[in-house]
Amino acid sequence: MEKEKLHKLKGQMNTWGKNIEDSSDRKDSFVTVSGRPVKALYTPLDTEKLDYEKDLGFPGSYPYTRGVQGNMYRGRIWTMRQFSGFGDAYDSNRRYRYLLEQGQTGLSVAFDMPTIMGYDSDHDRSLGEVGRCGVAVDSLEDMEILFNHIPLDQVTTSMTINGPASILWCMYLANAEKQGIKLDKVGGTIQNDILKEYIAQKSWIFPPEPSMRLITDIFAFASEHVPRWNTISISGYHIREAGSTAAQELAFTLADGFAYVEAGMAAGLDIDSFAPRLSFFFNAHIDFFEEICKYRAARRIWARRMKERYGAKDERSLKLRFHTQTAGCSLTAQEPENNIIRTALEALSAVLGGTQSLHTNSMDEVLALPTEKAVKVALRTQQIIAHESGVANTADPLAGSYFIETLTDMLESEAEEYFQKIEDLGGVLAAIDQGFFQQEIADAAYTYQRAVDSEDQVIVGVNRYNSGETAEIELLKIDPSVEAKQVERLRALKKKRDNIAVRHKLEDLQKSAASVENIIPRILAAVKVYATEGEIVASLKEVFGEYKEKPLF
Amino acid sequence: MNRRKIRVLVAKPGLDGHDRGARVIARALRDAGFEVIYTGLHQTPEQVAETALQEDVDVVGLSILSGAHMTLVPRIKKLLIDNGMGEVLMVVGGIIPGDDAEKLLKEGHAEQIFTPGDSLDRIIGYISSKF
Repeated sequence: MEKEKLHKLKGQMNTWGKNIEDSSDRKDSFVTVSGRPVKALYTPLDTEKLDYEKDLGFPGSYPYTRGVQGNMYRGRIWTMRQFSGFGDAYDSNRRYRYLLEQGQTGLSVAFDMPTIMGYDSDHDRSLGEVGRCGVAVDSLEDMEILFNHIPLDQVTTSMTINGPASILWCMYLANAEKQGIKLDKVGGTIQNDILKEYIAQKSWIFPPEPSMRLITDIFAFASEHVPRWNTISISGYHIREAGSTAAQELAFTLADGFAYVEAGMAAGLDIDSFAPRLSFFFNAHIDFFEEICKYRAARRIWARRMKERYGAKDERSLKLRFHTQTAGCSLTAQEPENNIIRTALEALSAVLGGTQSLHTNSMDEVLALPTEKAVKVALRTQQIIAHESGVANTADPLAGSYFIETLTDMLESEAEEYFQKIEDLGGVLAAIDQGFFQQEIADAAYTYQRAVDSEDQVIVGVNRYNSGETAEIELLKIDPSVEAKQVERLRALKKKRDNIAVRHKLEDLQKSAASVENIIPRILAAVKVYATEGEIVASLKEVFGEYKEKPLF
Repeated sequence: MNRRKIRVLVAKPGLDGHDRGARVIARALRDAGFEVIYTGLHQTPEQVAETALQEDVDVVGLSILSGAHMTLVPRIKKLLIDNGMGEVLMVVGGIIPGDDAEKLLKEGHAEQIFTPGDSLDRIIGYISSKF
């Protein structure tokens, strides 16, 4: 806008400000769910410095603020990927086939806590936890059952697994080979993001150094043998669920991303050999506009740093592709049907922010694992957004809004401030060691909870319009016999497999762990002779050690 | 009247890492004047009972979001009784379905159960009312 016009606008803005002085606001301050103040009005005065070409560009072009594909959802709707898994492999296999029949386009596996922590179902520590929060997978045998009648060259699968990601990934690859599918035809994602485990999700096994080595070994192996695999899903989701603000989610997640890039480069890998397979995973919280801006800022920051700081040349290395899940922590146990509406708004923000895939939470997830009916409503929510609402017709439809562009800029500069702080602390690993992220998140979570208690933050049906009714919806029950059956099957497997081969492969694995060679082929060899996850993890613990956190609150 | 500060152990048994609730509550209790000990994550029932004994606590607050509450709560309660700490006030927080909560309370494994949406003030008020 020309100087003269801007000047005139400033005058008009002052008059408007004076005119509304007498109109009283209904509350003292207006802030986002992250506590960010929001002004009554945004005008061209706020976006005076915005340079279209430099800051926004075109969809599919640097700096990708407007999206990573040129025609966005006109080409292909985002992948509708409902996270699911419970009970044993048979139960989950049935759920996956149901979801595929309902029109879901990708799978997403939730593992139970023992699998996530690297314990077999018959371990002491697994008692009462088998099949509860996800599916129990102890060996290649379980993986074979889990994907029975699901051709692995026709679906892509996302697996939420971190500490033992390399092991579960090898089981998946071994299973694909058994289905007669070449590894270069297999596609999917492993979460494999250990940094956010130390920061927020807290499901770790090994200390940071060997964990980072496992990750860079996966990068190297995949770039050579499994080129369609997303080797990591750098996750802000759990950081947000643990209580962070939107800006913290953005900053900490991208900082983790840069740490992986640096680790890959330090391991001698060419940045463009692995960076195109890095993917991200963000939360879609309830504050509609702030979330949209978070995704836009994320793409721009990533592209700029990858190009300018790390010298990536392949444009796929510059594109931040991401999965989104609506915010579990925004759901309420009271009047659970209201969660359908919250989830719809959150899903809409993810779509307007240009997500590549999406999980919509089911209304009952705050109470238990979702029932089939609740999952169906959640999936239908996405389908309605995609095919009825019209929002998928044009790329980045909110660009150019004075508010959206201002907020996108603010989030970017807050993230930059955090990057500086993290660098001053000595980098991501040093900052984890000093409890920096953990404390920042704990502080934000506490501030938020206090705002809820004081009703500054309204939650409908909880601290406002509370009808006092208790939830009367059907919940999914996990049959307690699942655990006993799983343990029994595991014991049978240990009897019938070639135990001498298992011992040899585990010995090879330990030698490899102590060396600098790529460890992935050794893990693959071990899972193929049906060594269990727990045995592999225990062998690796002897070499790598275990991580311990200093508890703070 | 007991002049000693009420000692609360906030414990996180089980394998899940969802410590947001445990940490928020630990801090709220501390701010409300309680002496709070937080175990950190991934505790076995034996570790929880041992810490309760070592720290000589008046209250044990368990945070469980993994679905393993029907196994973990009774085990920890029994270990506390075995340690001569049967009088300790046992409260549980987390995603505990209504009928499970009813069963735990009826069978005496816990004195009170808090679920999502319960306010910090309610939790603080409840514990204060017991001393």
